[in-house]
Amino acid sequence: MRGGAFPGICLISAAGADSEKRMGIPLEPIITTKNLTHIYSRGTPFEHTAIQGVDFEAYPGEYLCVIGHTGSGKSTFIQHLNGLLKPTEGTVLFEGQDIHGSKAFTHSIRFQVGLVFQYPEYQLFEETVRKDIAFGPRNMKLSPEEIERRVQLAAQWADLDEALLEKSPFDLSGGQKRRVAIAGVMAMQPKVLILDEPTAGLDPDSRAEVMANIERYRRTMNACIIMVSHSMEDAAENADRIFVFHDSRLELRGTPAEVFCHSRELQDMGLAIPKAAQIALRLRDMGMELPEGLYTNEQLKRALLQRKGGAGLA
Amino acid sequence: MGQYFPGDSVIHRMDPRTKILGLVIYIVALFTAKSYASYGLMLLVLALVIRLSTLRLKMLLKGMKPLLLVIIFTAFLNLFFTEGEHVVFQVWKLRLTIEGVRTAGFMLARLVMLIMGSFLMTYTTPPMALTDGMERLLNPLKKIKFPVHEFAMMMSIALRFIPTLVEETDKIMSAQKARGADFETGSLMQRGKALIPVLVPLFISAFRRADELAVAMESRCYHGGQGRTRMNVLVMQRRDKLGLLFCLLVLAATIALAVFGL
Repeated sequence: MRGGAFPGICLISAAGADSEKRMGIPLEPIITTKNLTHIYSRGTPFEHTAIQGVDFEAYPGEYLCVIGHTGSGKSTFIQHLNGLLKPTEGTVLFEGQDIHGSKAFTHSIRFQVGLVFQYPEYQLFEETVRKDIAFGPRNMKLSPEEIERRVQLAAQWADLDEALLEKSPFDLSGGQKRRVAIAGVMAMQPKVLILDEPTAGLDPDSRAEVMANIERYRRTMNACIIMVSHSMEDAAENADRIFVFHDSRLELRGTPAEVFCHSRELQDMGLAIPKAAQIALRLRDMGMELPEGLYTNEQLKRALLQRKGGAGLA
Repeated sequence: MGQYFPGDSVIHRMDPRTKILGLVIYIVALFTAKSYASYGLMLLVLALVIRLSTLRLKMLLKGMKPLLLVIIFTAFLNLFFTEGEHVVFQVWKLRLTIEGVRTAGFMLARLVMLIMGSFLMTYTTPPMALTDGMERLLNPLKKIKFPVHEFAMMMSIALRFIPTLVEETDKIMSAQKARGADFETGSLMQRGKALIPVLVPLFISAFRRADELAVAMESRCYHGGQGRTRMNVLVMQRRDKLGLLFCLLVLAATIALAVFGL
């Protein structure tokens, strides 16, 4: 984090090894990137730096949110984590090993780090839902029994019942298709599950369902979830830590409380901060003394009541 | 093939019609050329246009790569199957003659210059401008009931969707790779089979896009070319007239050289 750029009083000290503190025990990170830089079409008039000098680490069981504008580099970033893109500079380590160490290792990383792209339902291709979910495990060259077991488990996580497994994926509703596509990645049982805007374009019910599926997977597998989103509201609600990308750099990182200490910077980046944080910002602008880093309705309410009590009006 | 590289050179700013006609004239001249002198002239003209376009020679050569096999094959055929008297050596039925070397050399030069010339046009002209120019040039064919506008519209749509489909293919391939699909190893049969997870979603999305486009065009009351005005009207400038004049002069010169047998 380029800490110096954001002055301001904060309730909690700025980010650092926050995750280790959170769990109480020091953990080995599952994914680390060091000075990750990616430049598209180098040496042509189309040259474009997508990400620059990104240092990142994720721990098992964590729920992370990657936030940023369209074109901020977040999509490029996540495609490095499972080795789909090769960094122009810097390294990506999975459990301490360089994922581009050997070709076979790069290939095996795809199964350890599951990546669900945006609108994953456009990648369904098999005749039945069951076959489509089995595509990943089949590529892992598992035994038929193990494949079947994994398909069953994935169907459970994604809340797909037995009858649905025999249908054609093209006959399903939008929300169902999305869940089938996500189940297809879960079936590989990756230790890290990355999802690029998994709820984009879904109705509120399907949205809640998809989020519940993901949470279920995290709890049963103790998997690390990395969620790409541009909704701060979603991130504030679920994430252990938030990473904010802006102009191809990792500008801010930390727990939601830490990140929302920088509400104003976030707004300047054009990101919509949660309603409570917006109100807190306005109140502070109007001269009211409120602690920084308020971002949930509950926190705001408590802070306001405290002020009221302090003024002797209660 | 034939990507557009944005730029601001004289060649870039020329009217697409000039570039299309210029290319046609250049190709005709290329096929009338028979002697060292005329080939030299063609090479000079090409070098001049490349210079004016500010494109880098490396980029033009890079575009040639996919056609390398065809070029080499043609040169090989000409080299060994040209009848001639001055035999250099003969192995089995392959006979290398001085005449063969000469024809092969000319053929090679002609092909390379032809491809480079076409690339020069597509590299300096946006695809939309090209189809616009084509439509205007084909306009006289309307007299014989040839659907010029529809033809041009089909071409624009096809061109417009090439990058979209390429992007889509990339995306689907990445997504299937993320599920462990392997497109790079295995026998030809296996690799062909590995493409199914890409082709099925690609076709589905292409049909969906076509449908959406049709609806979008319909709801904007598209009804073909009749009475349609354009946003960018093509106007020939002084540089276009000069450019065409130059091309015609080059053609005249090659014809003259051929007639006088130089």
